[in-house]
Amino acid sequence: MKNLPKNDWKGVWAVAEFHNGLLMPVSLELISKARELADKLQTETVAVVMGHGLKESVCHALLEYGAHEVQCVEHEALAVFREDVFAQILAGLIRLKRPEIVLAPATHQGKAYMPRVQTLLETGLTAGCLGLDIRTEDRVLIQTRAAWGGNFFVNIICPEARPQLVTVSPNVMVARRTEATGRIGHFQIPMDWLSSSVQVLESVEEKQDEPARLTQAEVVLVAGRGIEKRENLKLLQELAELMGGAVGATRAITDLGWLPEYTQIGQTGVTVSPRLCITFGVSGAVQHTVGLRNVEILVAINKDPAAPIFEMATYGIVADVNEILPLLLEKVKKRRYSGQV
Amino acid sequence: MFDMLNIAVCIKQVPDSKTVRFDKETGMMIRDGVETIINPVDLNALETALSIKDRHKACVHVLTMGPPSAETALRDALSMGADQAYLLSDRAFAGADTLATTRVLAAAIKKIGTMDMVICGNQSVDGDTAQVGPGLAVRLQMVSVAYVDALELLPNAVKCKRMNGYGHATVLVGLPALFTVIPSINTPRMPSLKAKMKAKSAKIPVWTALDLGLSAEEVGLTGSPTRVLNTFVRSFEAKREYLEGDAQTQVAALCERLVAAGVL
Repeated sequence: MKNLPKNDWKGVWAVAEFHNGLLMPVSLELISKARELADKLQTETVAVVMGHGLKESVCHALLEYGAHEVQCVEHEALAVFREDVFAQILAGLIRLKRPEIVLAPATHQGKAYMPRVQTLLETGLTAGCLGLDIRTEDRVLIQTRAAWGGNFFVNIICPEARPQLVTVSPNVMVARRTEATGRIGHFQIPMDWLSSSVQVLESVEEKQDEPARLTQAEVVLVAGRGIEKRENLKLLQELAELMGGAVGATRAITDLGWLPEYTQIGQTGVTVSPRLCITFGVSGAVQHTVGLRNVEILVAINKDPAAPIFEMATYGIVADVNEILPLLLEKVKKRRYSGQV
Repeated sequence: MFDMLNIAVCIKQVPDSKTVRFDKETGMMIRDGVETIINPVDLNALETALSIKDRHKACVHVLTMGPPSAETALRDALSMGADQAYLLSDRAFAGADTLATTRVLAAAIKKIGTMDMVICGNQSVDGDTAQVGPGLAVRLQMVSVAYVDALELLPNAVKCKRMNGYGHATVLVGLPALFTVIPSINTPRMPSLKAKMKAKSAKIPVWTALDLGLSAEEVGLTGSPTRVLNTFVRSFEAKREYLEGDAQTQVAALCERLVAAGVL
């Protein structure tokens, strides 16, 4: 929105994600980050939570993690997710209260409604930010994300249009508990903000175990394009089971449909922090490697010695995955069943 | 019951990551020798439209914003079976962020005519934002459903399965509507020989900002609220020990180290 002067926009917002009676952890990560940014700007932090069955405890958690105010938008129509409805509400609230910055989760839901909010407000939106900071002299938000095509990052700004909108993936920011001193407000939404031609017939929760296993695993084996053959994934699964770990993938592999979408590690996928991560045929583009956090031992196997993955590897093996994988599987099997190294 | 359906599919020409090599010193992509392809999931978007056309009277319009060379992507789409292609090309479009891109796509779709459905891939491999589809829907006054994994045309609505991060939801959508699809929705068809021949000689209109009734201020870098401030390289403090020898030796050396570290 360019029609209002920039300094009419004040405050930092974080949009929470509430699903099936639960406040998702990314909500606390975002509100903590929003508070940090607001402190630098000497302004206030507001957490917005939309849903049905929002308990006092949910709003209180947002206060405990840094919100000066919680805007609670409760309605039975919000029990199901529809991007047009969520966008209408959020854009409506933003027009009324004019925050200068809004952080939203880079989840499936956030990525579905935030571009609508962006377009309704005619402003900038940066997807999947990995770092956020304030340029204090002109209150501009510096938005860091991974750039395509190599091992580098890009800082993006939205110098004129307001608000400055960003999405941030789960597990990227750190949730910090503070003293809860803020207030809780309940926003009554006008009925026409709820109108939609989308009707949710049924919602099915699925495979929550598998994604959780991947993000909590101590050992993660990552399949990249260099795995070449789909059959190799069977070997990789077997190896992961023997090592008590889980299999993750790069976008190239999930795009081929070789592994489910939730196994994708990186900027637009999940973030993992295993003790041991072995990458098989992964080139190491930064859009993927930003999803590897605090890995103690990183092993890179790739036949291209120039692959950037070797830059961050503890151990590098320049070789064909097709050759290494069966040998490694055999060796680990021996170790498991007979204790041999 | 729908009569003749008009379906627009937005595609993007992107660098083929299979042909991408990295400079060992800088970690940057080596641009020479990089080939271009249609953004992979955009083929799934096109397949979604074509499979509707297999069973129902429909006209599939494919459009892309890009340099003149993006015409090859459109001919590929025609050879898969799309009916009409449109190239949105103008020097003034360069440097567009997602907000400016949706302005151009929306103007072009409105110029083509009234659409019943717009289908996009959920995101591009290079931009990686997933923002263009839902943003475009707003400009076309359409609802949107993102991350669609199955789509079925009913007599007066569309039923689809959409992923929501926790599982999936089955939703019923009145048309017009915009859908963004994910790779698992289908397997894109191979081009047919007949369509390939037709695609070769097909007339592809090229529309500039002027043709679309857009001013230079609304498009490209000038029409984009966001700016790149700078780029920087991340450096790592990694041990970088290369395990040498033949495959047997390399695997043995790795296992030794993993056992010593207590992770195997």
